[in-house]
Amino acid sequence: MSLSRKDVLHVATLARLHVTDAEQEELAQELSRILAYAAQLNTLDLVASLAGVEVTSHMSVSSMVTRPDAQGESLPPEVVLANAPDAEEQQFRVPAVLEG
Amino acid sequence: MDFFSSLLELHAGLLKREATASELADLSLQRIATLDDRVHAFLHVSANCVAAAAQKTETVIGRESILDGIPYALKDNMCTRGIETTCASHILKGYIPPYSATVAERLDDAGAVLVGKLNMDEFAMGSSTENSGFFPTRNPWDLERVPGGSSGGAAAAVAAGMVPFALGSDTGGSIRQPAAFCGVVGLKPSYGLVSRFGLVAFASSLDQIGPLTHTVEDAAIVLQAIAGKDERDSTSANIQAPDYRAALTGDVRGLRIGIASEYFGPSVESGVRDAVTKAIALLEQLGATVSPISLPHTEYALSAYYLIAPAEASSNLARYDGVRYGVRAADAGNLLDMYQKTRSTGFGSEVKRRILIGTYALSSGYYDDYYKRAQQVRTLIRQDFLDAFESVDVIVSPTAPTTAFRLGEKVHDPLTMYLSDICTIPVNLAGLPAISVPCGIIDGLPVGLQMIGRMFDEQTLLRAAHAYEQAAGMAPLRPALAMGVKA
Repeated sequence: MSLSRKDVLHVATLARLHVTDAEQEELAQELSRILAYAAQLNTLDLVASLAGVEVTSHMSVSSMVTRPDAQGESLPPEVVLANAPDAEEQQFRVPAVLEG
Repeated sequence: MDFFSSLLELHAGLLKREATASELADLSLQRIATLDDRVHAFLHVSANCVAAAAQKTETVIGRESILDGIPYALKDNMCTRGIETTCASHILKGYIPPYSATVAERLDDAGAVLVGKLNMDEFAMGSSTENSGFFPTRNPWDLERVPGGSSGGAAAAVAAGMVPFALGSDTGGSIRQPAAFCGVVGLKPSYGLVSRFGLVAFASSLDQIGPLTHTVEDAAIVLQAIAGKDERDSTSANIQAPDYRAALTGDVRGLRIGIASEYFGPSVESGVRDAVTKAIALLEQLGATVSPISLPHTEYALSAYYLIAPAEASSNLARYDGVRYGVRAADAGNLLDMYQKTRSTGFGSEVKRRILIGTYALSSGYYDDYYKRAQQVRTLIRQDFLDAFESVDVIVSPTAPTTAFRLGEKVHDPLTMYLSDICTIPVNLAGLPAISVPCGIIDGLPVGLQMIGRMFDEQTLLRAAHAYEQAAGMAPLRPALAMGVKA
């Protein structure tokens, strides 16, 4: 499995990362090597032995855990906002979603 | 008394008034001041811990807790209310959590005194602590070598006697491998035994918090304080923690030990192999029986791990977007631009690499070939262990294939770096408890023996590790750096 610069750019966009031209080339090579290693999971013997095998996503949670729908304590708004890079009137402020 | 004394000795010293809790906290600060400009284990030192210790002893005096008045430090991915928590990442610089992790609260309740926060690979992604966004930590046994990772700061701080114990986190070996490299004990409990509330998430189905100490008994004492159900972590198991220290009988007669050839492959250095083989022979002398077992899907574990962990990380790390906490990049034209600039400047290269791998593995068209298949392999690896534990009680192997490597040796080769976790990763995939105990020194560098136990059977695991440790007579190991440092 080999990743092109275009693939890297596509995945980076999905991950909300900006990669420079130089990084694209380097990452294409690095990620290709890691995925080539991971491609051992696609060997025919293994794929055959995986037929019908359930997935394991978690070790301890066999069913969804829910808590009672009861009112609990929450952090006060000023504490929640204390770490915000920008806040105004009990809200997180961000740059415009659309330009102009 | 110094921080190579056992926790029970320190506790007895406090009870006999040979030292006060504030004096121990002050001793820790002195040791850090003397040694940490060379080791670089700490990201943050709480200068007010001496006053906090004094106040604490006043309020909790007379209590039975062994940890009352004992100083300790936390890997910097565990939230501490009012104390900066960065995960060694620039993106969290300046983040002051409004709450504490459950483990920090429990240790606080037990009377332990937090001295500081420890360096790590950024977001726990790495095996050498060279991926810290701030500076690398050095191995107290050889300052030109890495302490392992990602809990490298925790292992180094305990190894150098700056604190008597620390907590680390282990996603693929991040407690055990640095423990092995630094000559200390590192315990990864069963998945779900210790609450992860307040642990900054890396790979949620694999992450687990555990202690780094000088002895197995100390590990049992710390585990006792942090284990148990927590309503704030839905993955925390509904289990009443048994008395772990009572399990340390020193008796392993009849204990069935399994040896898997898959863990003694060609990547294991001969010195490491010899030390582990000797340890196994000693366990046999103590009355344990040793038999070969097979874990046939081990060869696929690394591939599965390096798809599952990055996939979970790519999702978990989506929250760092410059909106609610942490650093925001300046000069962004719009919201999307702000996200991208913040994340690209805030994350280091290994973190970005893993986010990209994970995003790719989860992306449309590749999900079945990568993520789903990796999760199926996980089932097979878990089944391998279940089958093996039909006939044995504990599985013994090297913790890492080598001793501590040199700084810079592997940092430009991600895949080779990943291979240093080859003996520890399968254990996380299966959720099992495992411990690393020092089993020798080669060319001045410690070697770690890994023992793997059944799910939630920490008692048998600790009993085996403790019996070996007592018979081997090596603990606590003291690096030359920590000798001749006056208390």
